Amino acid sequence: MVMEIVCPAGTPAALRAAVKAGAHTVYCGFADETNARNFPGLNFSREEMQEGVRFAHAHGAKVLVAINTYPRAGAEEIWRQAVADSETAGADAVILADPGLLDYAARNHPDLRRHLSVQAAAANADIINFYARAFGVKRVVLPRVLSVPEIAAINAETDVETEVFVFGGLCVMAEGRCSLSSYATGKSPNMNGVCSPASHVEYRETGDGLDARLGGYTIHRVGRDEPAPYPTLCKGCFTAGGKTGHLFEDPVSLNAEQLIPQLAKAGVTALKIEGRQRSRSYVAQVVRNFRAAVDAQAAGQPIPQGMLASLSEGQATTTGAYKKTWR
Amino acid sequence: MELTVGANQFFWKPEPWSALYDQLAQAPVDRVVLGELVCSKRLPFYQDRIPAAITTLQKAGKQPVLTSLALVTLKRERKMTAELAEMGVEVEINDLTALALLPEGAKFSVGPLVNVYNESTLSWLAGMGATRVCLPPELPLEAVRTLAQAGRDLGVAIEVWGYGRVPLAISGRCYHARRHGRTKDNCQFACEEDPDGLDVRTLENRSFLAMNGVQTLSDTHACADHQVETLRDAGVSALRLSPQTGDFAGLCALWRKRLDGELAAGAVAEALQRAQPDIRLSDGFLTGASGTEWSGAQASA
Repeated sequence: MVMEIVCPAGTPAALRAAVKAGAHTVYCGFADETNARNFPGLNFSREEMQEGVRFAHAHGAKVLVAINTYPRAGAEEIWRQAVADSETAGADAVILADPGLLDYAARNHPDLRRHLSVQAAAANADIINFYARAFGVKRVVLPRVLSVPEIAAINAETDVETEVFVFGGLCVMAEGRCSLSSYATGKSPNMNGVCSPASHVEYRETGDGLDARLGGYTIHRVGRDEPAPYPTLCKGCFTAGGKTGHLFEDPVSLNAEQLIPQLAKAGVTALKIEGRQRSRSYVAQVVRNFRAAVDAQAAGQPIPQGMLASLSEGQATTTGAYKKTWR
Repeated sequence: MELTVGANQFFWKPEPWSALYDQLAQAPVDRVVLGELVCSKRLPFYQDRIPAAITTLQKAGKQPVLTSLALVTLKRERKMTAELAEMGVEVEINDLTALALLPEGAKFSVGPLVNVYNESTLSWLAGMGATRVCLPPELPLEAVRTLAQAGRDLGVAIEVWGYGRVPLAISGRCYHARRHGRTKDNCQFACEEDPDGLDVRTLENRSFLAMNGVQTLSDTHACADHQVETLRDAGVSALRLSPQTGDFAGLCALWRKRLDGELAAGAVAEALQRAQPDIRLSDGFLTGASGTEWSGAQASA
């Protein structure tokens, strides 16, 4: 069976590009704080969502709507409306993280398929089966803290489909369990759908290079002619105990393309590509490559080598937690 | 308002570990959460001391509560989580896995590492048997107010992070091990060298975070000294204090006086800074533009 590739779309144009490039499934969100990529100029209006679903369905692709921030106390109606509007738009599933919202969706929109967002950080079979029992969750997006053998062990103990990240930005912390960004900037993934937001980034020329600051803290410094990576907090440069470096993670991105055969063997249903903030040409290129890779996998052929290297952030990639030594 | 002492987030040697609970038995606190929150590899070093600590606290009239791990992934972690309820004291879930593994119908409390951001989740947890919830430390005062009100209606006691380095993130990767060029499986318990966490500084040498194995904390010690009256009026039942080295029982006594009205707003912060001039305080998650901010800064400037 061909593994499903789940592709990012930050705009209607990216959605169409992903579908045309061979995406089985596209995920996207509404243009507000209900999803974890709440960036300026990104995401879908209600009309665009309806049109996007129509386009995808006409081409045999599915659309998942991410409503995966944690609803604000006193303002839950915004999130509930997003669930209702996803159903109206004809979405194939919603991707949720908050137990209260899952409970609401299960009660009020029982026919709308529910996926568990990576933001819920469900990292073992007990909790995954619990979400299935409590809220009828059909698929879980696994947090990026698990090795391939651990993923296989989870699949052996659950009927819930698993989806794993294979390409793009990489959280080093358990997703949905991280307040680093709100500590430094006041804006958090859980509450605002942003991490290390551009509004709080500042670049400063120094005598011999460029400092990158986030929320007033200098967390990256490069020489005059070096490329300056975006100052994402957990990939910043810090000093502890007399040692300076990327103490949490290097400025790398995830590329698990070569692990596709192992992930298939581990029982993974779907492969997720990060990057709703990316351009449609980037999305199209990544999707084409991954579609070729999963088709090759299904046909019992080797995965083509190194096609995506030039698209990776800072040119350096990692297979992250999928290899146990990453820990 | 009551005082709860949260789980010790750090890895202490067995003797100081036990000494903390002996001291807390004599301290003016109501509830003490103990057990391993951060890393399951630490537990064998003090596990056999937990029953005695529970008994000591019970004899002194304190309510002992057992915490779950913050991130449960391994088989043996699932097993130890499932066994928590067998100790016969209340369990504080800090990963929903612990809720999934609790005996049917058991009452439980919810720790600060479970995402309770809104009334629906609070209400769902109450329906599952939650009697007390310590809110996530990143919640602003406005959300605390709304949830304290909802908690009153549901009969769930609401607790707020009152003092201590704030747990900001948990990972599959051990940063203490990484800093020593090791992997988590071969960590050699590097985190034991830093019983209050290891300072992480920015490139301009500003204190910023603290490393604690797989956990990342704030460099600042959150301190709700200036919000005590507001939190009480909002219906918050308890403040949570997070253990640190030094005279922690004395620190608890200071907070007790503050809650009893014997000390005015700002007096706790002043006493803490006098005792430890190097620490920075914050209350920005409650009332500031970002978590690092400190509303007392202007007053003391």
